[in-house]
Amino acid sequence: MSAVIRARDLGKRYGRRWALSDCTLDVPAGHVVGLVGPNGAGKTTLLNLAAGQLTPTTGDIEVLGGRPASGAGQLARVGFVAQDTPTYAGFTVAEHLRLGARLNPRWDDALARDRIARLGLDPGARAGKLSGGQRAQLALTLGIAKRPELLILDEPVAALDPLARREFLQGLLEATAEHGLSVVLSSHLLSDVERACDYLIVLVDSRVRVAGEVDDLLAAHHRLTGPRRDPARLPSGQDVVTASHTDRQSTLVVRADGPIHDPAWTVARLTLEDLVLAYLDSGGQTGRPALEVLR
Amino acid sequence: MDLGMIEFHLDAGSGVSPYQQIVRQVRQACRLGMLREGDQLPTVKEVVAHLAINPNTVLKAYRELERDGIVSPRPGVGTFVTATLADGSLAAHEPLRRELRGWLDRARRAGLDDESIEALFRTTFRSAAAEDVA
Repeated sequence: MSAVIRARDLGKRYGRRWALSDCTLDVPAGHVVGLVGPNGAGKTTLLNLAAGQLTPTTGDIEVLGGRPASGAGQLARVGFVAQDTPTYAGFTVAEHLRLGARLNPRWDDALARDRIARLGLDPGARAGKLSGGQRAQLALTLGIAKRPELLILDEPVAALDPLARREFLQGLLEATAEHGLSVVLSSHLLSDVERACDYLIVLVDSRVRVAGEVDDLLAAHHRLTGPRRDPARLPSGQDVVTASHTDRQSTLVVRADGPIHDPAWTVARLTLEDLVLAYLDSGGQTGRPALEVLR
Repeated sequence: MDLGMIEFHLDAGSGVSPYQQIVRQVRQACRLGMLREGDQLPTVKEVVAHLAINPNTVLKAYRELERDGIVSPRPGVGTFVTATLADGSLAAHEPLRRELRGWLDRARRAGLDDESIEALFRTTFRSAAAEDVA
């Protein structure tokens, strides 16, 4: 399958600050991609570059094989729900759908009406009068009914209560299953990412720290606990993500390209949350961290 | 929404991946006779809409169950249970349970507490599994 997002040395600078740097990615189609990282890591910048809302300072980015926002055809293939799922407060639900139909050549009006009816939204209600969850669902309806090949969502559920969040993700994932849609969404809610996403990108300090299919990443990462030793002496093919030591014991999170055979280690699997936290914890360090005692 | 014979649930804190949880729930239901030959599993779309999980997770679980010969897909209709697990292995449970009881009693007499017993079982189970793979 082709790449939904293909970035080469992509970078974006605001004044003297790099919001995103050296970003090289190949995200295959057919996934729900979770983009995670601390605030200010560059998630919104990357999504805005993919949606064509921003132009790169360095490198380039292709979305579904085309340059973002390069023409009507490209715009029709990519849906974008910006942060806080914006809607037009003064427009009614029905007016949003009419606008969607006017602006999108592949608009699926039956789908839009059906979703609005199932959600129990009053077509005559103004968006400004809807609850946060309802507004998010309206924005999602517009995104899905546009019938894009790729839907990009920036922190779509951040402001929602747990029930509204669950309902939003149900709607999004149902559409993914039904229409074979690829999705890229940013979130700092790792429990949602764990359920919804099968591909993960971790951004820290404007750089991609790790990217790949969730199952592959979980299979390749291990927590090793054992007698204290220098992480620099691990066999090749085992890269240390984080290391902490006491006088006697070392605890490492490693990425390994094969099974860990050394009997001195107690090997444990990581959850997706452990894995993400390990990369956030490792910060922007490069190379293997020095052996130091942490108490 | 009618989810048919079985409704899946996910335990977020279990440390078991969502796809494995679905596989286990189907196997468990087959073992306990809650799912029988000919029963239909919920469609991928139904599971996705119900649990708010990734469609590929459900597909992966169903494919693994198919590989294990427990279900088979009928194109355009759905996925159906083709085997029951409540057969031969069930008879073996009782003698195995008795042996395990005996082993647990010996471990306790040797002075092991619950945690030590669990740790010993786990490490042995893991190393045995690793030897089988190697």
